[in-house]
Amino acid sequence: MSDDALPGGERRQLAPPIDESGALGWMRKNLFSSWGNGITTVVLIVAVGWILSGFLDWAVFTANFTAASGTECRGGGACWALIREKWRYIFFGSFPYEQHWRPFFAVIAMLAMLITSADRRMWNWRLLVIWGVGSVITFLLMFGQIHIPLSLVLFIALAVGGVGLSLRKAIADTGEMNAYRVLAAIGFVGLALRIAGVLPAWSLAIAPLSYVETSLWGGIPVTIILATYGLAFAFPYGVLLALGRRSNLPLIKGLCVGFIELIRGVPLISLLIMASVMLPLFLPSGTTIDKFLRAQVAVVLFAGAYIAEVIRGGLQSLPKGQFEAADAMGLNYLQKTLLIILPQAIRVVIPPLINTFIGFFKDTSLVLIIGIFDFLNTANQALVDPNWAGFPAEVYLFAAFIYFIFCYSMSRYSKYLEVELNKGTRR
Amino acid sequence: MRNVTMAVAVGLTVAFSATAVTAGAHLDAIKARGNLLCGVGTGTAGFNLANSQGKWVGLNVDVCRAVAAAIFGDAEKVKYVPLTSQQRFTALQSGEVDLLSNNTTVTLTRDTALGFDFTGVTYYDGQGFMVPKKLGLKSAKELNGATVCVAPGTTTELNLADYFRANKMSFKPVVIEKVDEIRAAFFSGRCDVYTTDSSALAATRAANVPAPLTIEDFVILPEIISKEPLGPVVRHGDNQFADIVRWSLYAMLEAEEYGITSKNVDEMMKSDNPTIKRILGVTPGMGKALGLDEKWVYNIIKQVGNYGESFDRNVGMGSPLKIARGQNELWTKGGLQYAPPIR
Repeated sequence: MSDDALPGGERRQLAPPIDESGALGWMRKNLFSSWGNGITTVVLIVAVGWILSGFLDWAVFTANFTAASGTECRGGGACWALIREKWRYIFFGSFPYEQHWRPFFAVIAMLAMLITSADRRMWNWRLLVIWGVGSVITFLLMFGQIHIPLSLVLFIALAVGGVGLSLRKAIADTGEMNAYRVLAAIGFVGLALRIAGVLPAWSLAIAPLSYVETSLWGGIPVTIILATYGLAFAFPYGVLLALGRRSNLPLIKGLCVGFIELIRGVPLISLLIMASVMLPLFLPSGTTIDKFLRAQVAVVLFAGAYIAEVIRGGLQSLPKGQFEAADAMGLNYLQKTLLIILPQAIRVVIPPLINTFIGFFKDTSLVLIIGIFDFLNTANQALVDPNWAGFPAEVYLFAAFIYFIFCYSMSRYSKYLEVELNKGTRR
Repeated sequence: MRNVTMAVAVGLTVAFSATAVTAGAHLDAIKARGNLLCGVGTGTAGFNLANSQGKWVGLNVDVCRAVAAAIFGDAEKVKYVPLTSQQRFTALQSGEVDLLSNNTTVTLTRDTALGFDFTGVTYYDGQGFMVPKKLGLKSAKELNGATVCVAPGTTTELNLADYFRANKMSFKPVVIEKVDEIRAAFFSGRCDVYTTDSSALAATRAANVPAPLTIEDFVILPEIISKEPLGPVVRHGDNQFADIVRWSLYAMLEAEEYGITSKNVDEMMKSDNPTIKRILGVTPGMGKALGLDEKWVYNIIKQVGNYGESFDRNVGMGSPLKIARGQNELWTKGGLQYAPPIR
């Protein structure tokens, strides 16, 4: 019995219901629910509109898109003509101008590689194929020529065979195990012969394009290569460091702790300066290690230490029962770690891991202090040209926009990954 | 601290790279490699920067191109290595570059303790004064009582005080740390004068003049009150290569003095003037003395141009920087640029 029902079938007159649905209802509920809220809303709308109109006026309505030089641009709004003139330099740096298609497709290849490997269905042997093919295409386009030494091929055979043997033991059938044995044997014997000097220093040369050395690389490919390969190598390395830090063997534990604390205790800039200023002094005169490679190694070492600590957080969050259960199943250390521990540990630390990745994507721009022209540095360089100088806002907004695209996609991906990987445990 | 670092760096260099170097060792390595490794800065307007096509241009870059033209007969055979000011000396010491051409001031300690040789001066820089044109000033001697914008704690500030004291004038300093803020203060009229190195003044004038005003509204006064001679540097160990770098620059100056330009160099080959014949290798001998092709100067001038052309194109009136020749004028026109005779 409701209160509205009065005797005699009469009903009390009611105010019309407040429309809680639709745009109007939403606004009433969220923006104008009280006098105070209403005033705040109006004030904020006016403020945002005022700022936005000023910005749009500068960025669109009075902006100059077509000027032929910086002097023509002066006085009006934003000088987007500068970006029009300089975008190829900002994206590709000093790479030979008429061959800019090479870094362009290299970037496409790397993005394709990253996007396909973001898909969970690819997380098996396919990932190795994707990265192998993607990397060969990328570096073939960037360098123009690749020399694959025999020793590298042999080493890969040995590594694949060895890992297969220890991991797939008791899981794989005899044929597969035999394949691993053959691979490992070829690799081992070949490397031994190579070291003994029986096999010649043979290398496979793929050289369809003109050679472009790393000192000419610049712009977005440099940023992506430094970040992608820096993190790709730093990740397994960080996992090893994290496992080593939890090891029972005092020597391994000490080394890992020492390394992590040493690297985390110094800024990335100091590592880069060491690699670019001090290292050449220790080498014999005339021998130089490629500057780009030095920077890449510094990024790997640095990122590795940070990733190790993130992974260790994940390892510590696992209950002891997981380790004991794996032991009870009769799994060896490698199988236990790779099949039971790491999948769970890494799932826990995805948000901080992606956070580290995003941080390092931006930190790669520190290489500008050792004269490598990454994306931010080529943007800086566009500012120096006296024909176009004096428009820092435009250039930095443009650079910020590109960085934002990359970093925002990474953060969305981390969100997706969290949902995907927690499907099994979500209540 | 810096001295300690430098001492360590020098010690290490001596310890690790003191292999016996014979005359011509660097030159042979360059010839075998087929290109010149030239260390340039990471971007200074007019002196070294990558243009929209990613090609390096500038006054310092032209020195690299001239040396390549002298050695290989092709000014394009240069590999540019961008270096920051922290890296540049190590890069030269360790052999990462053959030649450093990135606005390095010639000083005694660099010439001696670091194990380098300076091979001439490409640009006589120094502290200058910029004033708004509407003040109608012609000389820094008229600056008595002026308000001066200056960065703190630098030799710039000390030079300024010394100059005004020596000329018995007074000034009111406006000391601001950040360069952007100094510029803003100067252009908004908070001070009458802005003082720093004259090349930096020119770059500021070309890039940072706010909208209604133009580059024409500001003048850089002719007085230069400090010495910042900027020049190319090579490391000890190969005097022949050092000679080639030194005389490549001299050749550009000599060519300007005798009126040889990239446009008229082919006609000049037919000149009767014995000096021009010697310079351009029509009368042989000079190339052989340096261990180069007799057409070395011809190649430099044809492909790079003489000093005046390079100056004009990169920093002078033909460029947005519009720096007057001033001290960088030839000695015959009252400047300091003086090349010993090529004979």
